[in-house]
Amino acid sequence: MPGKLKVKIVAGRHLPVMDRASDLTDAFVEVKFGNTTFKTDVYPKSLNPQWNSEWFKFEVDDEDLQDEPLQITVLDHDTYSANDAIGKVYIDIDPLLYSEAATVISGWFPIYDTIHGIRGEINVVVKVDLFNDLNRFRQSSCGVKFFCTTSIPKCYRAVIIHGFVEELVVNEDPEYQWIDRIRTPRASNEARQRLISLMSGELQRKIGLKVLEMRGNAVVGYLQCFDLEGESGLVVRAIGTACTLDKLSSPAAFLPACNSPSKEMKESPLVHPPSHGCRSTHNSPIHTATGSRLTQNFSVSVPTLIYTGMGSGSAGKEGGPFKALLRQQTQSALEQRGGSPHRFCRRREFPFFTLTAFPPGFLVHVGGVVSARSVKLLDRIHNPAFVGIMGNTRSYKLLDWNSFNSDEPETRDAWWAEIRQEIKSHAKALGCHAVVGYSESTSICEEVCILSASGTAAVLNPRFLQDGTVEGCLEQRLEENLPAGCGFCHIPYDELNMPFPAHLTYCYNCRKQKVPDVLFTTIDLPTDATVIGKGCLIQARLCRLKKKAQAEANATAISNLLPFMEYEVHTQLMNKLKLKGMNALFGLRIQITVGENMLMGLASATGVYLAALPTPGGIQIAGKTPNDGSYEQHISHMQKKINDTIAKNKELYEINPPEISEEIIGSPIPEPRQRSRLLRSQSESSDEVTELDLSHGKKDAFVLEIDDTDAMEDVHSLLTDVPPPSGFYSCNTEIMPGINNWTSEIQMFTSVRVIRLSSLNLTNHALNKNFNDLCENLLKSLYFKLRSMIPCCLCHVNFTVSLPEDELIQVTVTAVAITFDKNQALQTTKAHVEKSLQRASTDNEELLQFPLELCSDSLPSHPFPPAKEHLESASSNSGIPAAQRATSVDYSSFADRCSSWIELIKLKAQTIRRGSIKTTVTVEKTSPMGEGNFRNRSAAPCANSTVGVVKMTPLSFIPGAKITKYLGIINMFFIRETTSLREEGGVSGFLHAFIAEVFAMVRAHVAALGGNAVVSYIMKQCVFMENPNKNQAQCLINVSGDAVVFARESELEVVSTQQPAANCQPACTGGEVTT
Amino acid sequence: MTSELDIFVGNTTLIDEDVYRLWLDGYSVGDAVALRVRSGILEQTGATAAVLQSDTMDHYRTFHMLERLLHAPPKLLHQLIYQIPPSRQALLIERYYAFDEAFVREVLGKKLSKGTKKDLDDISTKTGITLKSCRRQFDNFKRVFKVVEEMRGSLVDNVQQHFLLSDRLARDYAAIVFFANNRFETGKKKLQYLSFGDFAFCAELMIQNWTLGAVDSQVDDMDMDLDKEFLQDLKELKVLVADKDLLDLHKSLVCTALRGKLGVFSEMEANFKVCGLIQLLSLGPLQPPVHCPTGQLCSCPGLTSRWRCCPPFARLTGGSLLLNTGELFN
Repeated sequence: MPGKLKVKIVAGRHLPVMDRASDLTDAFVEVKFGNTTFKTDVYPKSLNPQWNSEWFKFEVDDEDLQDEPLQITVLDHDTYSANDAIGKVYIDIDPLLYSEAATVISGWFPIYDTIHGIRGEINVVVKVDLFNDLNRFRQSSCGVKFFCTTSIPKCYRAVIIHGFVEELVVNEDPEYQWIDRIRTPRASNEARQRLISLMSGELQRKIGLKVLEMRGNAVVGYLQCFDLEGESGLVVRAIGTACTLDKLSSPAAFLPACNSPSKEMKESPLVHPPSHGCRSTHNSPIHTATGSRLTQNFSVSVPTLIYTGMGSGSAGKEGGPFKALLRQQTQSALEQRGGSPHRFCRRREFPFFTLTAFPPGFLVHVGGVVSARSVKLLDRIHNPAFVGIMGNTRSYKLLDWNSFNSDEPETRDAWWAEIRQEIKSHAKALGCHAVVGYSESTSICEEVCILSASGTAAVLNPRFLQDGTVEGCLEQRLEENLPAGCGFCHIPYDELNMPFPAHLTYCYNCRKQKVPDVLFTTIDLPTDATVIGKGCLIQARLCRLKKKAQAEANATAISNLLPFMEYEVHTQLMNKLKLKGMNALFGLRIQITVGENMLMGLASATGVYLAALPTPGGIQIAGKTPNDGSYEQHISHMQKKINDTIAKNKELYEINPPEISEEIIGSPIPEPRQRSRLLRSQSESSDEVTELDLSHGKKDAFVLEIDDTDAMEDVHSLLTDVPPPSGFYSCNTEIMPGINNWTSEIQMFTSVRVIRLSSLNLTNHALNKNFNDLCENLLKSLYFKLRSMIPCCLCHVNFTVSLPEDELIQVTVTAVAITFDKNQALQTTKAHVEKSLQRASTDNEELLQFPLELCSDSLPSHPFPPAKEHLESASSNSGIPAAQRATSVDYSSFADRCSSWIELIKLKAQTIRRGSIKTTVTVEKTSPMGEGNFRNRSAAPCANSTVGVVKMTPLSFIPGAKITKYLGIINMFFIRETTSLREEGGVSGFLHAFIAEVFAMVRAHVAALGGNAVVSYIMKQCVFMENPNKNQAQCLINVSGDAVVFARESELEVVSTQQPAANCQPACTGGEVTT
Repeated sequence: MTSELDIFVGNTTLIDEDVYRLWLDGYSVGDAVALRVRSGILEQTGATAAVLQSDTMDHYRTFHMLERLLHAPPKLLHQLIYQIPPSRQALLIERYYAFDEAFVREVLGKKLSKGTKKDLDDISTKTGITLKSCRRQFDNFKRVFKVVEEMRGSLVDNVQQHFLLSDRLARDYAAIVFFANNRFETGKKKLQYLSFGDFAFCAELMIQNWTLGAVDSQVDDMDMDLDKEFLQDLKELKVLVADKDLLDLHKSLVCTALRGKLGVFSEMEANFKVCGLIQLLSLGPLQPPVHCPTGQLCSCPGLTSRWRCCPPFARLTGGSLLLNTGELFN
């Protein structure tokens, strides 16, 4: 069914000079959608052209609307030669296709050129008239909402969470085609940008179709990635969680939805005082398998310890049958969905969820991390001779480069299906039927590709998974038996049939069920979890040298190395966790990167002390040669140092669990029986690795044996991890456990570092040290740079490692620094609850009033018109400051300013009497130009900024603010290339400018949608390549996030309670929300 | 292990005021790091020198990229690439256009040409201001000059509008532009003791009273060029400077006329030359006659009847500044 796309080109500004002779530009614009192109008139000789075009109308399929980007090209007209392109703007019109999101896209977009970067801006208005389509066989999926956020978006309620959706699309990479040898870099880059834009549109549409098939209406936790496979092509793949969401329409019924998580936690209906009826058991922290076999994955070995006999009694007490019931329900719920239309049943067999935070009651138990990796050889592609033979596939649009590779998606699909299958079986071995916090990634080097998937095995509450369950998060039949603070820690598997040896104790919270001694997960800390003290970022870093090799030999070498790396990464994580005196990891993300001559492993997680789990044992050092006296002394010295560090860390992170008498805990040196073993699972899960004794076997995991210098260094490196300076905290989860009084200042940033290793005598050891230093220094730099924000916390710290060349290591970090109020930290949680309840009751009014703050410079697509009474009441009650905030509406304040301005003139006139006549003349001239001019005069010349502030954050919320509307997904891909690297400030200057430009383009798109923030922002890819000898560099960046409208809580409160405190309203907030 | 690339990009561009000052003062990254180390920042923050180096580099790179926009401040306000809060934008602009007193005294009244720019290294050695900083200040003068040179309307307003400077700084720039345009030499020995502030004050008065704009506010260059006719007439006044007898005669005439009428008479008499010159600066061509307490002024030998009016110089006698400003016109 068709829709009508309408585009109007209004104006341009700050265009570059294209005609050297006149120092001006004769600009015109081409508007292209699909195969239709319109042109504006040439606006001669201006750098700020005013085209003010007619409405260009495109009548198109909604399928095209979803796939195609709107392509706007600005050109310089040249009478004699070809017109020169100034740059382009790609606008994804998807947000206009769902009813609740944006209704118009209108604003200034940076004009982007892949060679020159941003060159001026263009003002565009885009609208879509969509006709309702009820065709059951349609290929489009307009109306399905997409969210990058990995939790149920604020201001929505999950009715049903359907489950995993995935899709991938493959095409040849234009950069690697024969035509690339004859065309310009610009043409090639643009071809790539356009292709990827098309492919992601198509991918999104296809996923949307699957969602509709499941009778869902949204995809949450949507993660789309590109694999640049080089010669063998370009893969765009996406995973997500299909849901049926309900908009929380009446603000009174807000409940947890629109507050920042800290509050949510308190408001969530599930918070009952910790404890009663639970049972327990344990889990291994990590259940992993690694393996490879060139093109075919190593066989998936289902662990032998499959959960048998559900109510076998081993789970103990009354919890047993209950657990069994739960499991059955979950399973049936998951399978039921798999049973629907046959074409989708293969996908639905994966009970995976990309969510990392859940509605209360959703998560019942957590088993532990499951992960799978496989090494693949990318095969060469398709013979170009096939060109033209293939016919009318739907993807003909993608085949601009004459390639046909219909087999490809199946191959890639099969690869991923294998991995997912394996993950599923690992989860099963842990007694879980679902995997949450699920994610997939790849690392590619030449023809070798490592596919990785990981998630957290879990038992879920089937209530959310079944159709027809309308009662959302309020009802809690099942959880009534479950204690809130510790339920998720209880082991989901059978105590007697444990999939791996582990040490179990009774839950320290409820004392009824078994818990493991450590818990590793990939999800965020559940909001109802009881945590002692604060958390911290824990990283394990590792490098392994590898011989350079070709094809299969290379793949074999890599797959042989992988198990060792996993093993060491986990040992490091465990040691560091113990050193911090903590017992659980959240948000664990292990990245293995492959390079020409090395493999890198980087694991990041947030360590916390869960009250339900036992106190961790310490770390014991043992020497190999016990008879040497001085050596012993040295050992004991080290031991003392480690014990001191643990004690210090406990103090630093305020970990002081209540003493529990029945158990022997708390001694820094563990009793033998308390020591746990980890990673047993590794040996079970893969055929290839069974011959290696990967488990610690007879040794104890936490006795570090110092038998050579390397081991010594390892211990040292444990101790050299410097804690962040005081006032700083860091974590890689959404929020920092133990801090809940965020203030509104946030600073999102991306930092990139590349180091060159000296190629001489590279050893594993030196490599490790270099890598470790790189990461540590990067963190130190961040702490230093952001020192003005203290006290603050770096949240969602996301490290990405890549190995662009032989001796280069690139680390990219994206995170957000959020300030918090130290004084309020003492505030009891009860007061907090009360406060938030109060707030909830006033929500209704607040929502109506927030436009007042926003409207001061007319926002075109504003959700609500400003309510007049409120305006009046605000200005009358809160006095001048309020009035000033609403300058454009409130004329009295304008008059105020006039009078003050006139006074200023009078003063001036007094000092220079004669001049007074003349000055008055100028006043008359300037005053009609409005307040902008005014402010200029009164020594604050910059107050009239016309650029609205757009906040960006990797978190799903904005501290101190409410998200009132989701405007759609932002998913952008840019290429930037230069042939004058030196002139652009070298590699640093080049990349710095490019990242700044990417931010600017994201902000511009959000602002054009009428939003003022991007949440769940993520830089998924930052591929940087340089060739300093040729003075060239190229970089590809892919970012995504959710465009939203937010309103400050403080503003809402101030207005609604009508306090005179309005004066303290920081001037900047007013400016921030204007556009 | 060498660092190939090291960047930090914030959604809100971070501006470190201290580093900005060092950058404006023209220090190299190395010198700036050394200066920062000396300020004790490492002890305060527990950072290492490497961190400081990376931080300084990063800020310098940011400033370097912002510099292009600072050349046309309205662009900084409307650009989309760097998200900077308005107060920070104001700070960036104001600091960028701020100049050193010592430097401005060296170039005030000189032609803002390539030739002068070549002499900047001499000025740099003389004043102790780094060459880089001298260049920035010189280029600022020249840029402002170029932009407002051909413009209608009030000079101060034009500067303010196109460079978004504070009122004070805009006035200073107006003075610099005015002096540069009219090439008043301020480097003479006799004028050495005068500060930039003194000249700026003169410039303001001259702009108010002597320029074409004072005659007709609708002409081009109204605040820049002096009224030619008026300048011709002004030559007549030269006699007062050149001929001591005439000056004395003038003085006695004025004094006689004013005796008893002026509260600050004795001060006026003591500083007659100063008062006279201030009076002169406040005179303008073709001003409508106003009430004049010293009617005799007009009857001074050598003066035409145009010189009738008299400013409220009683108010101005407090300023003991402009004694030798007359030198400008010789």
